[in-house]
Amino acid sequence: MNEFRRQLKDPEKENRIFQFRARLLMILVFALIGVLFSRMAYLQVFQYDQHVSRSERNRTAVEAIPPTRGLIFDREGRLLADNLPSHSLTLTRELAGNVREVVDLICELLEQDAECADTLTERSRHRRRPFEPALLLDQLNEEQIARLAVNRHLLPGVEVSAQLLRHYPAGEAVSHALGYVGRISTDDLETLDRRAYAGTHYIGRTGIERHYEHLLHGQVGYRRVETNARGRVLRVVESEPPVPGADLTLHLDSALQQVAYEELQGRRAGLVAIEPETGGILALVSSPGYDPNVFVGSLDGQAFSRLRDDPQLPLFDRASRGQYAPGSTVKPFVGLAGLELGIIDRDMEMHDPGYFQLPNDDRLYRNWRRWGHGTVNLHRSIAVSNNTFFYSLAYELGIDRISAYMRQFGFGEQTALDVLGARSGLMPSREWKREVHRQPWFPGETLSAGIGQGYWLTTPLQLATATSVLANQGHWVQPRMLRESQPSSLVPDVLSDREPVPKLDPENWSYIYSSMEAVLHGHEGTARASGRGAAYRIAGKTGTAQVFSLSQEEDENNLPVDRPEHLRNHAIFMGFAPADNPQIALALIVENAEGGGSQVAAPIARRIFDAYLTPERLAQLESN
Amino acid sequence: MPRDFQWKLPGAHLHLKKKENLLTRIHLDGMLLLALLVLMGAGLLVLYSATGSNLQATISQAYRFALALVVMVAVAQVPPRYMRRWAPAVYLLSLLALVVVLFIGTDAKGAQRWLVMGGFRFQPSELMKLALPLMLAAYLSQRQLPPGFKHLGLSLILMIIPVLLIARQPDLGTSVLVASAGLIVLFMAGLSWKIIFSFLTLVLAALPALWWMLHDYQRNRVLTFLHPESDPLGTGWNIIQSKTAIGSGGLEGKGWLQGTQSRLEFLPERHTDFIIAVLAEETGLIGVSLLLALYLFIIWRGMQIAASAVGTFSRLLASAIIFTFFVYVFVNIGMVSGLLPVVGVPLPLVSFGGTSSLTLMAGFGVLMSIHTHKSLLNK
Repeated sequence: MNEFRRQLKDPEKENRIFQFRARLLMILVFALIGVLFSRMAYLQVFQYDQHVSRSERNRTAVEAIPPTRGLIFDREGRLLADNLPSHSLTLTRELAGNVREVVDLICELLEQDAECADTLTERSRHRRRPFEPALLLDQLNEEQIARLAVNRHLLPGVEVSAQLLRHYPAGEAVSHALGYVGRISTDDLETLDRRAYAGTHYIGRTGIERHYEHLLHGQVGYRRVETNARGRVLRVVESEPPVPGADLTLHLDSALQQVAYEELQGRRAGLVAIEPETGGILALVSSPGYDPNVFVGSLDGQAFSRLRDDPQLPLFDRASRGQYAPGSTVKPFVGLAGLELGIIDRDMEMHDPGYFQLPNDDRLYRNWRRWGHGTVNLHRSIAVSNNTFFYSLAYELGIDRISAYMRQFGFGEQTALDVLGARSGLMPSREWKREVHRQPWFPGETLSAGIGQGYWLTTPLQLATATSVLANQGHWVQPRMLRESQPSSLVPDVLSDREPVPKLDPENWSYIYSSMEAVLHGHEGTARASGRGAAYRIAGKTGTAQVFSLSQEEDENNLPVDRPEHLRNHAIFMGFAPADNPQIALALIVENAEGGGSQVAAPIARRIFDAYLTPERLAQLESN
Repeated sequence: MPRDFQWKLPGAHLHLKKKENLLTRIHLDGMLLLALLVLMGAGLLVLYSATGSNLQATISQAYRFALALVVMVAVAQVPPRYMRRWAPAVYLLSLLALVVVLFIGTDAKGAQRWLVMGGFRFQPSELMKLALPLMLAAYLSQRQLPPGFKHLGLSLILMIIPVLLIARQPDLGTSVLVASAGLIVLFMAGLSWKIIFSFLTLVLAALPALWWMLHDYQRNRVLTFLHPESDPLGTGWNIIQSKTAIGSGGLEGKGWLQGTQSRLEFLPERHTDFIIAVLAEETGLIGVSLLLALYLFIIWRGMQIAASAVGTFSRLLASAIIFTFFVYVFVNIGMVSGLLPVVGVPLPLVSFGGTSSLTLMAGFGVLMSIHTHKSLLNK
């Protein structure tokens, strides 16, 4: 048995095999530890850069800090656009879990209508980077905030935070001049610089808010924050504060603007007042207006469509986009053309039989007073708004000279510096008619142009500009809203690079001024009722724009009174004051106003002149 | 029955001639003990950082270490011959526990691994890490070596039953460790190279079949290992984040408690299986090298003890224990650094967790017992 066991077990051999294999194992261990070391060295040394940057990306997130939007002031420093704190509701989709459930609960808590949930779900998709909250609602009231706070535990990812919201204290009166900001939509995001607008929820939609968006918006700041794997912010690593948008001061006089808006009494009308010396727009009013605050952060989608569908078109800016025939308000300009181009002289007189006839034409082009004004010269023709004289003058001038001369005053062109969407009006010419209508110019159309009818279209802004140039002795000042900006001055130095209207004979200009004064202060002036009792002299001209072509037998002042409202003529007035030292140039159009320029437009103009030319201002002018 | 003693083992005579110091008298090995204490100390520091400066968790781990040290000292007092005698009983008990856990085990992450006994939770599979090499060493040391087919077959059966039971829990990591413990006993017992190579060929051939036996999450782990970037936020997340943590540590690391990947919770399982990534991120390649050197030293010392051990049983057991320790280290660091698929193997004596450090230290107790019970009297 012992023999057998010894044969079976060979301790020496066993040990030999063991020692050999132990060495083998140890070599294997060394080799594999070497492999581990190499692997670690590979990751930590060769791939170091790559892993460090990935770790940094993991660790930090960049959060945008939206800049504070610049304020807008009027020329007297009165606030036109303000930023007010508002409580808004945001949702972070990543944290919300079931977004729909959360949104449903929000709508239930805030007692919103049935569409609320859909709207909010849509808004929650506006986010731009993971874990960035999307704005769902703003202008929450105290009760809503409280309800949300109580149910906070049921609303993962929902936060109520205070942010600044645009507010327009002046409301309706300045709506078209200022414009408004609106919530940035998904469509906007496709064209916006997303970096610059990271964190900004509103953007200028119309008016000054849009035109000077780049100044008002400011520069986005950022905060590099350390977040953990669940996106929770732990600390701020570095930050760059945002640069607030520039504060803008406009030429606008909000008190004057308010007076003008009230004077227009909600009628469909447009009005522009310009300071001739600077081109600064003192008032730009379109009536009826709307409350721009409606567009800022309202959940009420109906508000916009109600305004859009209103037959009075409150969203339409009549002051800069409404195009109307200028009517008789062009007579001072046509008269000046006649004088300066030597067609007539200041003493020339003619007899007005009550109509004008083209050679070899039976048609009668009637004066508004069927029996005529008797003997008229240019001065009297302007004061009483005689048509016959201007038919004759226009015929002598011809359309080419009329068109070219009027262009020097900016007719047919958009000349404003910063009025968003201002239209250019239309100064008809032979070439224009051939191109657009594929017809030759007819001599009768020249006669219409001579009294501002026919194809000729102008906007209140354009007419005010031309009036301002006229008041300025032909010197051009580009009409503008922006007066100055804080911090950097962005106002162009040059008032205008346009050539001044040539002033061949100063007497001609003075003659026109005095003719325009006669409109308000002469014993026959069409607006003499509006000039009465003024502490200063006004130079102006009334006009009535035809809404539809008059038949031969009718004239603009002699129409049946019972016409439907929308077919009534537009009342127009242009003018400046004081006549000898113009401080304000004005143009206004009231749509479908029975009574025309002299009875409707001129009285409004007078009250606006009065509001601007206060006794203090006049005294100050006197002392200078 | 005369016994044949061979004292020509390298280094063995040195220890015999050495004057017995206090540590040897209480059956401890100074070098190994020191290395283990350093490892545990470093492990606690890393754990403190990995738990997000959670002192309580670190202290509770320190208590576990203390308990593990007590167990180690206790085991070291048991002479190897008792171990051999008790081996079948320990093995059968562990096997029984493994069967029981299949039925009444507690769930954790979709796997049934835990037995709850009197307020303690423990994993029978951990016990098997010691029981299997013990059983195999006891069995084979009494047979003619290298083992013939009969003994080999029986050994394989002893091995495969617990491995399959553990794999069914499912706990791939532990079954790999248990299997490697068993295989190393066979290897050291002198299993012929012919058999080794044909076995390896067989395993390679059987890989596709093995694929079908894996659980979904296990398959996912393998797939994720092959293409971690294919699912960067799902199963690939772990491995991407751990590689980022390691790589961003660079040469010198971000500093203790400064690892952003772990402290900002990007690194998953950071205080358990992936703790080496925390160390690598915060102490860089330097820290990793020191840790690897420490592990290497412990393994080298363990192998030295195995090589100088008296008798086949002691040699087989010692080598299996120390090599299993190495497998721990290699599989863990290999998977965290993206070299191996993710299987749940902790980093020995650094990862948070009680049972594994307890078995590990019990294993080192066995090593120390083997090393200090060489005299005829004690044998």
